[in-house]
Amino acid sequence: MTSVEGNEPYLKVTDLTVRFPTADGLVQAVTDLSYGVDLGKTLGIVGESGSGKSVSSMAVLGLHDRRSAQIDGSIVVGGTEVVGLSEDKMRSLRGNSVAMIFQDALAALHPFYKIGKQLSEAYLVHHKGATKREARARAIEMLDRVGIPQPDRRVDNYPHQFSGGMRQRAMIAMGLINNPSLLIADEPTTALDVTVQAQILDLLQDLQREFNSAVIIITHDLGVVAEMADDVLVMYGGRAVEYGPCKDILTHPEMPYTWGLLSSVPDVSADTNARMIPIPGNPPSLLAPPTGCAFHPRCVHASKVQGDLCRTTLPELLPGVRGENHLKRCHLANPDAIYEAEVLPEIAPEIMEGGLR
Amino acid sequence: MFSFLVKRVLAGSLIVVMVSILVYALFWYGPKSPALELCRRDTNNRCTDAKLVDYEQKLGYDNPIYSEYGKWAKGLVSERKIEFGTTEYVCAAPCLGLSYRDRSQVTEQLKDRFPVTLSLALGASTLYLLIGVSTGVLAARRRGTLADKVLVASTLVFSSLPYYLVALLSFLLLTLSTSAFPEVQYVSFFDNPASWFSGLLLVWLVMGLYGATAYTRYSRGAMVEALSEDYVRTAKAKGLRSRTVVFKHGLRSALVPVVTIFGLDVAFLLSGTVFTEAIFDLEGIGKWGVEATYIKDLPVVQATSLILAVSVVVMNVIVDIVYSVLDPRVRLS
Repeated sequence: MTSVEGNEPYLKVTDLTVRFPTADGLVQAVTDLSYGVDLGKTLGIVGESGSGKSVSSMAVLGLHDRRSAQIDGSIVVGGTEVVGLSEDKMRSLRGNSVAMIFQDALAALHPFYKIGKQLSEAYLVHHKGATKREARARAIEMLDRVGIPQPDRRVDNYPHQFSGGMRQRAMIAMGLINNPSLLIADEPTTALDVTVQAQILDLLQDLQREFNSAVIIITHDLGVVAEMADDVLVMYGGRAVEYGPCKDILTHPEMPYTWGLLSSVPDVSADTNARMIPIPGNPPSLLAPPTGCAFHPRCVHASKVQGDLCRTTLPELLPGVRGENHLKRCHLANPDAIYEAEVLPEIAPEIMEGGLR
Repeated sequence: MFSFLVKRVLAGSLIVVMVSILVYALFWYGPKSPALELCRRDTNNRCTDAKLVDYEQKLGYDNPIYSEYGKWAKGLVSERKIEFGTTEYVCAAPCLGLSYRDRSQVTEQLKDRFPVTLSLALGASTLYLLIGVSTGVLAARRRGTLADKVLVASTLVFSSLPYYLVALLSFLLLTLSTSAFPEVQYVSFFDNPASWFSGLLLVWLVMGLYGATAYTRYSRGAMVEALSEDYVRTAKAKGLRSRTVVFKHGLRSALVPVVTIFGLDVAFLLSGTVFTEAIFDLEGIGKWGVEATYIKDLPVVQATSLILAVSVVVMNVIVDIVYSVLDPRVRLS
């Protein structure tokens, strides 16, 4: 593990911008994104498809094709600047101190190689002196650790012989085989059914405690965020629109897009009068993003802002009324009041009756 | 695996038998008598109707088709005596009959000619894979760059030229006028491996380079697709070298569709390469089969058709086995 100077977080992303030149024009997938994750902490990145959450995380591993992606800003991992790092040095970080696990493990594991082979390959590439036998033993140990029964036999199975949950466990085992200090989990539970989702999330939490790693969990599921995250970053149209401590954001969201996300989460234990309200419209085009606030064409509260501000001026990401740590990108002056008066009664009437926590 | 092979061999034999019946019947009921060529030859082009009937009788065309086909088929496993005019020929098993053109034993001819075609097919198909797949992978890795565009465009230009033109020009320029290559000839590998190699080198290069252009495009396409798979991204995220990612994780998947086409191409190469044999003057089975078809030399046509049928069947079995080796999800049963 690389030592981290002072109070700097293990991963520090500053003003990250990712652009892809295409035949139709420049796609600005991520704009001026900044965040940090400490060791032992979990950051949840939330947003719709195309909001830039995966693109920004893949930049941390340098997984974008150098010819097709323009990356600006700074990404510091354990004291090392990653943007512009040589391919050789980048490769020694990948899978070693920074690992990534992907959604849909069936597609993300190679169908032609045995599980054990794929795990030991990840081990061997960063342990040059290790023998194949040691790597295999390590693979079995990791499979055991992630709760795969009979790991010494299962290690010789192919991915298609595993169930969906076991494949995701194997994927996690592969990600953690080199004890990474930073683990990026890209929608790790999306392709799984609900009971397996819960098991996988528990497993990730256990492993994080054990290895004290920094974790980024990318998801569109606020339930996952509530379960896992210490901090939350809400992304929209390639920008951070709300960023702060998880509990604060889930209980006192200050940006209408976050309200929309919260309103569209089904909750089986909630009051039967609670409504699920979809966000109208579609995610913005990144080729020709809307002027001003990217969310304004879909925002039902834009009229509460004076003049044409939402349409003309991009709001800055600034501390809201709840403190320095809770940042939001919105022109609304009194978001808490609007949330309590207009949004909460619709989505959670039971909270209103019992008073706000 | 064993039961797979047994099943495929049985099914394959059935296909071969059906092909042989079909070819036999086509010639039997065809518009021109198979006896005509022999009659003309023996009578110095003065074959009368009466003589033709006489020849047809000698060749057995007055018997029912099934009894004649039966005689032919029986010859594959046991010795056969064939009366041709006044002479009786002994044709040892496996007997494929006598050529109507020169009364030579088809089986003996085949033994002389098939090694030539086999040598051409082996050399050419090896180059298909070596040159085609490597340039395809190169283009896919550099997709969208100048190198990729030049490579793809040049394969298109090259394969748009007629093959006989390319072959003939290479033959004329590279051996006859400049002797850049050794003289083209066929020497058996078992007699002299070095001469076998040098004698066929130019032919292989011409066939291989021309055929490889298609493989460049197939494997480029398959490779571009494979490299965009999630598991290739996973391999990259593990920190593997780009070479390992491309060849171990990308190419292995990309080979599956290439192998399918390759299997069929090899089968067709084995059934003869007419232009190549004609231009480079090599006595393979392609030219032999085409000439036999013109003159309705049924035993020879039957033999060359069998070679193609057997090649296709065998190559398909091999392709299926290669599939199961490449992709563990494929079960042979």
